[in-house]
Amino acid sequence: MLKLIQTEEEIMLQEAARGLLDRSAPVSRLRELRDANQTRDDALWQEMVDAGWAGILVPESAGGADMGHAAAHVLAGEMGRTLAVSPFLSTAVMAATVLRRLDDPRCQAALAQIASGARTYAIAVDEGSKFNPERIELTAEKRGNGYVLKGEKRFVVDGGNADHVLVLAQSEDGPCLFDLPADRAGLRRNVSAMIDSRDAARLEFDDVTVSGDELLGAAGDGRALLRYGLEAGQAALAAESTGLAQAAFAMTTEYLKERKQFGVTIASFQALQHRAAHLWCEIEMATSAVLQAGRILDADPDAATLAVSVAKARATDTAQLAAREGVQMHGGIGMTDAYDMGFYMKRARVAAEWLGDYGYHAAQVARLRGF
Amino acid sequence: MTTSTQPEFADRPEFRKQIRAWLEENCPDDMRDGASGEGAICWGGKTWEFSSPAQKLWLDRCAAAGLTVPTWPRAYGGAGLTRAQDKILKEEMAELGARSPLDSFGIWMLGPALLKFGSEEQKQTYLPPIARGEIRWCQGYSEPGAGSDLAGVQSRAEDRGDHWLVNGQKIWTSYADKADWIFALLRTDRDAPKHKGISFILMDMSSKGVSTRPIRLISGASPFCETFFDDVEVPKFQVVGDVNRGWDVAKYLLTHEREMISAGGQTMGAGRALGAVLGDAETGQSDPVLRADAMRTEVDALAMEMTLERYKDQAEGGQGVGDASAMLKYAGTELNKRRLELVMAAGGSDALDWDDRRAPSWLRTKANSIEGGTSEVMLSIISRRILGLPG
Repeated sequence: MLKLIQTEEEIMLQEAARGLLDRSAPVSRLRELRDANQTRDDALWQEMVDAGWAGILVPESAGGADMGHAAAHVLAGEMGRTLAVSPFLSTAVMAATVLRRLDDPRCQAALAQIASGARTYAIAVDEGSKFNPERIELTAEKRGNGYVLKGEKRFVVDGGNADHVLVLAQSEDGPCLFDLPADRAGLRRNVSAMIDSRDAARLEFDDVTVSGDELLGAAGDGRALLRYGLEAGQAALAAESTGLAQAAFAMTTEYLKERKQFGVTIASFQALQHRAAHLWCEIEMATSAVLQAGRILDADPDAATLAVSVAKARATDTAQLAAREGVQMHGGIGMTDAYDMGFYMKRARVAAEWLGDYGYHAAQVARLRGF
Repeated sequence: MTTSTQPEFADRPEFRKQIRAWLEENCPDDMRDGASGEGAICWGGKTWEFSSPAQKLWLDRCAAAGLTVPTWPRAYGGAGLTRAQDKILKEEMAELGARSPLDSFGIWMLGPALLKFGSEEQKQTYLPPIARGEIRWCQGYSEPGAGSDLAGVQSRAEDRGDHWLVNGQKIWTSYADKADWIFALLRTDRDAPKHKGISFILMDMSSKGVSTRPIRLISGASPFCETFFDDVEVPKFQVVGDVNRGWDVAKYLLTHEREMISAGGQTMGAGRALGAVLGDAETGQSDPVLRADAMRTEVDALAMEMTLERYKDQAEGGQGVGDASAMLKYAGTELNKRRLELVMAAGGSDALDWDDRRAPSWLRTKANSIEGGTSEVMLSIISRRILGLPG
């Protein structure tokens, strides 16, 4: 029986996560990194690894905690609250979800590396300005026992810092998914200056040689295999976005209660009260959708697409609404760089595009609901 | 009808098997068409005319088993089911396409209020006839001068020693012209602050001095009435809870009503995918603007469904829904209005015919965000009680 309420275990995990992130990754830390032109926080990632977060989806046989997607969503939600900078989603959620599907000693070894913090991943899918895993033009040409990769990947989040890349390519046998080190000869990483001050890169594959061992699963199965990782990532990103919305909303209601105009707190104005109440309702809906996605990913990952797309669409929309309302209800101060609300707005915008925007996921929902 | 004739229901998982067998055996074929909505409802009451012998048979069988009010205690006509069992019952009924045997304001509203606030004598007197569909109740809350400001009711009950003397007018009294009894909010202390001078009083609609007048709505139907009280004498026994504390009962009951109205959005909408609605009409699938609108609405409908599910799980886990029922009511009714706007747009001119069921349904939804507290009142409740913004 799927229950849409948090378990005792999840509540404890949430409290622990909040403590760690408030201490080591408050929004001021993101500000420091941005001001220093940094997109990685190795000390924070080490703390996450020590806390077992890197292995949250790694089987115990490979040294992980194996707590499931709902638990990963608890962590992602807390990271969204403080806008923590880490390769958690790419590595601990997406790469781990893909790798554990394969009964292969090399994947076991890779999972062990993820759990121990020895290896981070980036997932290279997009080739245009919109998420579209159905249209892959980066080619994998067979040569000897291996392949040669040629083409370009864009908006590869964590692509500048990651140790390994999972890349989806088109071969004569159909889509193939490869796992290769990011420092492979011929692979050029062009780091982008993202609005949310996080790591994203354009990857150029200029006749990059990969071995047959680096092909994950069978040739032609790449997209089907990656789908599990993408859906896990989409749901976790929805969780992160919902946490982001909750934090932006909390900042906003605090401000409404403090700020005085016309001799009263602006929280006493019905025009603002109703906007705040509406936003709260929206966040509740997103929260439910994320819980549902987590439960289904854990119970039956083959049947999760609808729930995941509802969650990603709703959370994407709600996080952006929370950021927009946050800036507007703060007034002028919300527009200043010195205030944190702008960070929330930028992260929400990037999260909206990553792994499929509202339109992509609404179309998935429509397709599955007989439109 | 004694409780000894009732089946004993097992715990899960045997319960599902048992209830399925019971439904298979007892639900008449004509009551398995999955119909819901106004035409299929059995409201019960003294003047109720059953639409078919099957409708009566189905009601009687369910009432004998306590299944018209499954979660009420067996002593008062229920089956004493847990919420989890009730959920399984609903699932199995849906699976079979079984109609609801009985719906009424007695079940949805008065029953829960009596179970919480009523005296033992009141429970014994009023609950079993509700469970058996013998007495139909209506709700006397709003007045011409007391809509969103419900605590401003002016209809009054004066203490005349051995009885109350009731005078005044109610409005939006659903089905008052068909009801046998009314539960009403009446002012019993005109000097007290407005929330503290109201009592919750039960009255027989056949009493001398009670009259009703239906109000025709934009949908063409007249589900609501004006109800007038002119020197109506009411026995003292018929106050629920303490005198002058009727607001507590009313608030509790409104919470139930809000949950019910928002759950109504689920039966009207999310059960049936909007894609099917659009597919019925030639315009629906080809109009990109309508399609985009429908896609957004579908996403929201599914998230709403998950939210209802989450709150039910919370309630089952012992955490009440409480003030969040205002959110369910607000979001559910606004969503329902959007859905019916889409249904009309997808239907094009076909949906404009009075005889088409779509137009009256569309018009009816406009009341959803007014009745039981307007959307704006819901937002104010959320703002004050959940967000802690100043009232």
